[in-house]
Amino acid sequence: MSTKDIIDTLAGIEPGSSLDAIRAKRVQARDNAQKSYLALFEPIDAGDFSHAERAVVALFVAGLHGESPVTAFYRAKLAASANGAALVEAIEAEIAHGKTSGPYGAYPAGPLSAEDTTGLNYRVRAERRPLLGARLVAALEHAHLLVFRPRDAASADMKALLAAGWSNSGIVTLSQLVAFLSFQVRVVSGLRTLAAANAYEKAAS
Amino acid sequence: MSTINPPVVFTQDELGWVSWIDPLPEAELTERHFAGLVDRSRAKSEYFRLLVRDPEVLEARTKTDKDIFYNVADGLPRAERELAAAATSRYNGCIYCASVHARFASTYSKRRDDVQRLLDEGVGADLGERWNAVVKASVALASTPIAFGPDNIEELRRIGLDDAEIVDVINSASFFNWANRLMLSLGEPTK
Repeated sequence: MSTKDIIDTLAGIEPGSSLDAIRAKRVQARDNAQKSYLALFEPIDAGDFSHAERAVVALFVAGLHGESPVTAFYRAKLAASANGAALVEAIEAEIAHGKTSGPYGAYPAGPLSAEDTTGLNYRVRAERRPLLGARLVAALEHAHLLVFRPRDAASADMKALLAAGWSNSGIVTLSQLVAFLSFQVRVVSGLRTLAAANAYEKAAS
Repeated sequence: MSTINPPVVFTQDELGWVSWIDPLPEAELTERHFAGLVDRSRAKSEYFRLLVRDPEVLEARTKTDKDIFYNVADGLPRAERELAAAATSRYNGCIYCASVHARFASTYSKRRDDVQRLLDEGVGADLGERWNAVVKASVALASTPIAFGPDNIEELRRIGLDDAEIVDVINSASFFNWANRLMLSLGEPTK
């Protein structure tokens, strides 16, 4: 499969550029970040986590990080799936409702409790629950926890996913998808920032 | 259900980790799973036997991880890649990941006391100009919304990092935003 490298595409890295040469020195990291993307979004066996569900969670997670080429990419992916337009509209509304600043949360009780910080405990809005269904409602609430307050995660959160119909393997893939996007959106942002700083210096010299 | 003896402070000690959901039993692992584990010895680890429920993602993630941290033919010294991982973990609040990568940072830098200050005081600890810049960049990347900007690039350049080394900071810190979220949400550390 010859899907173009997603990080290069989203970060605007052109073949032959200096950042392309730098990324080529980490060829295993580059190829396997791409393979991670493919394993999550073009899996051999979607199994316990459907393609459409993956696209919904991806737009939500990218969108919580702010508008960027990454968000636009996953929005287009969701828009292309069944019932895409209605789902994009619902997820955009949930992004607006769930947007905040992180990381925050509580540490295990002890000396670190002095660093506990509270913040939004996100729940999907009641009016959008029928469209999304129990599995996606639970997935979005879990994704929000992972994006903004991962240190609040507890065994009860696993039980909530299991109760909503997620299998053990589905939970692993869901967790990987949210965590992978937390990585991908940062690499893209970091590389874009570096490329912009270089372009600015070149223009100024 | 409460765990036996969970750590309540950041530490460089070796910790254990227990899963909140069921890992695959070792006896059920197939060749597909072993490919996902990359190193067969990882079949002994509860964490990897859990993640191997999705072997293709685990395999790609592990190989990304190894290249970002172990491929030191050029670019940023290993110690500072580990510092970025430890700082990210300290900021996100992952006691387990911080323990592992603080130990690596100490081993490769021989600056155990400075690493311990990062764990004790948090990401605002004064670790000297070079390390402060790496920690600050890591924290800016770990923040949501992402706060990494031209000022971070300028600061990394001021301490002498070239573009390839800056990319290593970006990769190392970004990768731990992946790792922390798995470690923190699928189980918990034990002493």
